[in-house]
Amino acid sequence: MTSNSILQVLLYIGAVLALAKPLGNWMANVYEGRKTLLGPLLNPVEHGIYRLAGIDPEKGMTWKSYATAFIWFSMAGLALLYLQLRVQGMLPLNPAHFSAVPAFTAFNVAASFSTNTNWQSYGGESTMSYLTQMLGLGTQNFTSAAAGLAVLVALIRGFVRRETHDIGNFWVDLVRGTVHILLPLAVVFALFLVSQGVVQTFAPYQDVTTLDGGKTQTLALGPVASQVAIKQLGTNGGGFFNANSAHPFENPTPLSNFFEMLALILLPAALCHTFGRMVGDTRQGWLLLAVMTMLLVIPICLGLWVEQRGNPRFAEIGLNQAVTEASGKDALTAMAGGNMEGKESRFGITNSVIWSVATTAASNGSVNSMHDSFTPLGGLLPMWMMQLGEVVFGGVGSGLYGMLVFVIVAVFVAGLMVGRTPEYLGKKIGAYEMKMASLVILIPPALVLVCCAIAVVTPAALAARSNPGAHGFSQVLYAFSSMGNNNGSAFGGLGANAPFYNLIGGLAMLMARFWLALPVLAIAGSLARKKFVPPSPGTLPTHNLLFGVMLTAVVVGVGALTFLPALALGPIVEHLALYH
Amino acid sequence: MDSKITRQIRPILGVLLMLTILTGIAYPIAVTAIARLAFPKKSIGSLMKANGKPIGSELIGQPFTSPGYFWSRPSACDYNGTSSSGSNLGPTNDDLTSVVLSRVEFLRAAGPDKESRVPVDLVTASGSGLDPHISPAAANYQVERIARERGIPAAKIRELIAIHIQGRTFGLLGEPRVNVLQLNLSLDSLIAK
Repeated sequence: MTSNSILQVLLYIGAVLALAKPLGNWMANVYEGRKTLLGPLLNPVEHGIYRLAGIDPEKGMTWKSYATAFIWFSMAGLALLYLQLRVQGMLPLNPAHFSAVPAFTAFNVAASFSTNTNWQSYGGESTMSYLTQMLGLGTQNFTSAAAGLAVLVALIRGFVRRETHDIGNFWVDLVRGTVHILLPLAVVFALFLVSQGVVQTFAPYQDVTTLDGGKTQTLALGPVASQVAIKQLGTNGGGFFNANSAHPFENPTPLSNFFEMLALILLPAALCHTFGRMVGDTRQGWLLLAVMTMLLVIPICLGLWVEQRGNPRFAEIGLNQAVTEASGKDALTAMAGGNMEGKESRFGITNSVIWSVATTAASNGSVNSMHDSFTPLGGLLPMWMMQLGEVVFGGVGSGLYGMLVFVIVAVFVAGLMVGRTPEYLGKKIGAYEMKMASLVILIPPALVLVCCAIAVVTPAALAARSNPGAHGFSQVLYAFSSMGNNNGSAFGGLGANAPFYNLIGGLAMLMARFWLALPVLAIAGSLARKKFVPPSPGTLPTHNLLFGVMLTAVVVGVGALTFLPALALGPIVEHLALYH
Repeated sequence: MDSKITRQIRPILGVLLMLTILTGIAYPIAVTAIARLAFPKKSIGSLMKANGKPIGSELIGQPFTSPGYFWSRPSACDYNGTSSSGSNLGPTNDDLTSVVLSRVEFLRAAGPDKESRVPVDLVTASGSGLDPHISPAAANYQVERIARERGIPAAKIRELIAIHIQGRTFGLLGEPRVNVLQLNLSLDSLIAK
């Protein structure tokens, strides 16, 4: 690690933590129906939607009605997106004349975007029309994020409310999250991105004549900035272009890169404070944020170290991979060095590695460098961040509700140790909550490992590998770690646009989303019905260092024990082979 | 019964429709309209023109093969602006080692400098396949070849590179780099003088 990379990491983490409080307060105000700065402008929009859709915003829901609304809304979005993909060729705003997206791919895309995964088995600029990007994918970027937020808010209400069946109104939570939180942030961020050079136009692709040889180069354009803004903020991650945020039109400058990295983790971080505010004890939120931050920073530092060391095979064939900090008279010798295969010059090692860990910790999945070409351990880190279950920041809403489930398990384990009934925030954790929590924790690893096992005995799935040996296995493991945890990032060499991955992966994404959200809402419903138990001297405090260590141990323990054998067959073997 | 189903379906379709109009139509159109007014050049791709004709984008790399030009980084998509991509070759893939070795040999054969170690970014493919930049060291590596081809002193070319170095933003973010297309354009105007 260079002094510059340490400074960049500190600035990044500092910015995330500094913004968590004001943004967290703002979101708490939105969901508790208090006044906000933009309220006068946006309240009419919000209430207009209720009126036109025939919704009574004052009416509460049981957890079952809440879950029903959530699932049907997501399914309707999936169906609409699928339909649009299949008739794309007949719709307007299609200057490159793309025809219908094939059925298997369309199913995968629809499942992917409606579950906030944004796994992409297609290349954006060679498959999707402008209309599909903005109307189909863009809308799902907003609504899938807002739906995740809604489920989280319902869970928080489960802790807050007492002896009631009412955990809030899904439609109100969904609309408020979209209108008051995601939309204003996205507008501001999109315009900032255009100021950096991200394109935003409905004009067709542009031909230019190259300087050397006078050949024609066609530049793909489109309404990119509006898409990139929400794909980062909503932890969606689906790029407008195939190369995602490595593409200069999606991420042209170091400054655009910094804010895109900030945006992808901003809401999950701030939600910790929102949670603390809503349960009336901000220390609870800060403890979760501290655990998440630690689990983010350590892998970033490891990644910087292994990627900056470069590829030992390159050293043998006469490459210079040493980082050279130089200025003034020696400025001509400056270079980022390290393992530059798949990385952009303007980002170098530091910004590529911070992004790779942050995008997989948060369930964003966008990339600014190609993870497939990372060194074995550099690629292991993002893979493992996903395998932790997308609870270290995680998706907008879904990350924190996943982490709260780990909290329930940690409280339960602690309760077993001292022989007391576990409780959290004044609610007793019973057998029912533990059963539901176990489902949330067990389902994603089961999906990942079972799908991966099926793939490695299916010839069609194995044929999709683009790298030999252990790395080829890593590509398959990475793919299902991504889809089975609703992340969306990829080892891009895998030929995933094949019926096997489109179908199995699509199903895995749907299961990972809904089979987790359902037990979470069930926990919300069960907790809301319970009485409040005032804290007693025997109550385990859940805001101190001891509990932070306990929670970290549970998260890391589950993640490590479950996936170590699989990781040993992929990146670990590859690392040993590289360094014999 | 019918009214109950209607009561359940109306919010689903109603909210989906409203949010689609709001986030899928109004939002991108509003952003496009503002972007067009506030950033007329950047919103359409930061195009560079010569004699009124577009010759490239400041942000998108181009392939250079003539020995008199600075060469860009290798590209997995051959600088095709409609199919951005990296090589996605893994670190232990023999194809990666052999293609990088062949680039090293090609560079050394083209340039008079046969011994020095090649800057890694000059022989590895970028993430997008459209990287417009190379490191200052990678530009410096090519100076002798260009000086020989163009018959201008190496010192003069080094001065040109130094002018084109973009440092870190605020001295902190990103990496120092040189825009290859802009560097080559000013190389051409150097001859013209």
